[in-house]
Amino acid sequence: MAYSDVREYTHLTDDEVEAIGRELDEIRAEVEASRGQADRDYVLRVIALQRRLAVAGRITLFASMFPPAWLLGTALLSSAKILENMEIGHNTMHGQWDWMNDPEIHSSNWEWDTTQPAEQWKHSHNYIHHQFTNVLGHDNDVGYGILRMSRDQKWTPYNLGQPVYNALLALFFEYGVALHDLDIEAIRTGKKDPKLLKKQLKQIGDKIGKQALKDYIVYPALTGPAFFHTLSANVTANLVRNVWAYMIIFCGHFPDGAVHFDEEELEDETRAEWYLRQMLGSANFDGGKLLHLMSGQLGYQIEHHLFPDLPSNRYAEISVKVKDLCERYGIPYTTGPLHRQYGQTLRTILKLSLPNRRTKDDSTPPPVPKGRKRDDERPGRRSELGRWTNAAASIL
Amino acid sequence: MADSLIERSRVLRQVRRVGKALTTPLHPDDYLSLVNPLWSARELRGRVERVEPVTDRAATLVIRPGWGWQFDHKPGQYIGIGIEVDGKFHWRSYSLSSTPLVEGKTVSITVKAMPEGFLSNHLVEGVEPGTIVRLAAPQGDFTVPEPPPAKMLFIVGGSGITPVMSILRTLDRRDQMPDVELVYSAVSEEQMMFLYELRVLALRYPTFTFHERFTDSDGMFTADQLDDVCPDWRERETWACGPGPMLDAFTEHYAEAGLEDNIHVERFTLQRVDGGDAGGTATFGVGGPTVEVDGAETLLEAGERAGVNMLFGCRMGICHTCDVPLASGRVRDLRNGDEHGEPGQYIQTCVSVAVGDCTLSL
Repeated sequence: MAYSDVREYTHLTDDEVEAIGRELDEIRAEVEASRGQADRDYVLRVIALQRRLAVAGRITLFASMFPPAWLLGTALLSSAKILENMEIGHNTMHGQWDWMNDPEIHSSNWEWDTTQPAEQWKHSHNYIHHQFTNVLGHDNDVGYGILRMSRDQKWTPYNLGQPVYNALLALFFEYGVALHDLDIEAIRTGKKDPKLLKKQLKQIGDKIGKQALKDYIVYPALTGPAFFHTLSANVTANLVRNVWAYMIIFCGHFPDGAVHFDEEELEDETRAEWYLRQMLGSANFDGGKLLHLMSGQLGYQIEHHLFPDLPSNRYAEISVKVKDLCERYGIPYTTGPLHRQYGQTLRTILKLSLPNRRTKDDSTPPPVPKGRKRDDERPGRRSELGRWTNAAASIL
Repeated sequence: MADSLIERSRVLRQVRRVGKALTTPLHPDDYLSLVNPLWSARELRGRVERVEPVTDRAATLVIRPGWGWQFDHKPGQYIGIGIEVDGKFHWRSYSLSSTPLVEGKTVSITVKAMPEGFLSNHLVEGVEPGTIVRLAAPQGDFTVPEPPPAKMLFIVGGSGITPVMSILRTLDRRDQMPDVELVYSAVSEEQMMFLYELRVLALRYPTFTFHERFTDSDGMFTADQLDDVCPDWRERETWACGPGPMLDAFTEHYAEAGLEDNIHVERFTLQRVDGGDAGGTATFGVGGPTVEVDGAETLLEAGERAGVNMLFGCRMGICHTCDVPLASGRVRDLRNGDEHGEPGQYIQTCVSVAVGDCTLSL
């Protein structure tokens, strides 16, 4: 269910919430003060690696008529696109590298290798999604306006098709993202400014045109007789990137344990409460360094949502401190292996294609204050009623 | 700006357009600069070729600019130079001391290490040949008209000699030294930059008079001494460059004589605000609207009040939608009290207030 008060949900006192806020502010300040050469070297290394992968992939595909070359070229190009979108583009546009004061790696002018224009992304993602994370009716990332992702979203027969929409969204994710800032809901209800809509559509059209020209015409044509082989390789690389990006992003807020909120939560929300909502609404996944690199460090989704503009290479060390803080205050810290997190997400998508009464709620019960027992750990209250009553209660 | 060389050539423009189709959304330069850091015209760049000591506390940096640089600056102009220190680019402006001629395709700036000048110390002592720096195109109107006036006077204090050096070298190269007087004041003989070169110039050109002033022995050179050193100063078009108080004194002196149009000054130091208290004026875009702000109104709010279409997002310093580069002045980050005052630096307008007068590039 959606919650309307993050403080009540966690059973924390006002003082505790403010103390958590202060601790998180301190973590931010420490990282900010220690950003330096090592961080810059990291991002420059990743950028150089990504560009070399892209060049190597494009060159290999000149031999794309030869199947092993097709496979190798596609793999190189897919990894280049994934790295660019996840670890470089997404994070740069968040302003994670703005502190370097380097105009070539800056949120204000970075453009990424996908169909969504950066300017629209910075609005729909950096602002709408990160500010209103998991607040139903505000955060379009809850199902992307296509999928029903919370039991509190109204079910309609349209939702029966969710398994199909989901598969299509995964395959064509970059186009789903491209249309993200249009706010389909606003268009449907006629609230969208037609002038703005026209401008945005033109921007999207231009970007798609450039991307398509490059991947589907220019490079295939350059490889001459291998045109169709190169074309299929480029299409495949884009699809691989789409499915991967989709999966990583869906593991950020939809595994069991990540909770949704309703509009009331936003009223008079303090910065500390905003922090708390970010922690409760996000889910991490575990993995090695390579997995975290290829997912743009979004396996540290909780840390990313707390500090969206701190350099991504620092999330691993921040996570140690955040986990410790969560333990001390009894706040849930949702994480697990990638396959489990995605499995739970998929289960939710499939289940919510049906009305609520047909399915059971998988969401985790709210945390209980430290020192107190959970309901199911308490002894039966009315044992004086005898064994039959208890047995009946346990069946219900 | 950086593209001007490419913009001027039709062939290069076409090549670049074709290249961009292959590399979109990046530029061809982004790939080429992996091979050679200077093969990029996205931002002007340069490689430090040599660091030549001028005095024990000053050095000349000889820089080879990369693609897009035009060797057509006017003597007396300055350039912006961005140097990476601990992962972060710091920008400063320095006068070019080289002449505009394409001499070995390099430009040079002369930097004096200031006692508290973090970057000037780094430039004088910490820069290795081979370092890649960012450059901003030459600008500034501390220049001598063409043809030069028949009678000129230069009043210089300390490192203010650098733009004057560029002007004098250019006159020398053309072998056309009009009637020039230079009053150059430095702490001591050891601290005087280009001393030898200036003495040689004075020997070669009878029309060039060089007044050496050392504050250690002669004391400060003040405006009232002008009559003794250069009695005909009223007839000379004057250029003055040096510390702020010195420039103030001389502009006042000229104004009292009703000759304020005769003096051109170049200020190197930022005009600091007393006490550093927030508040002042904010200007949105060079030449754009200006509003009075107090220490609590953020630049974003001020911009909106001024009717400027400002980009904004979260209004709490998270999303960076509102970032714009600072053109001049100082701002304070309301969250931590940090002050930023480097031109070109991006600031988050939703959490920044003006400290004194500031201008944003929009």
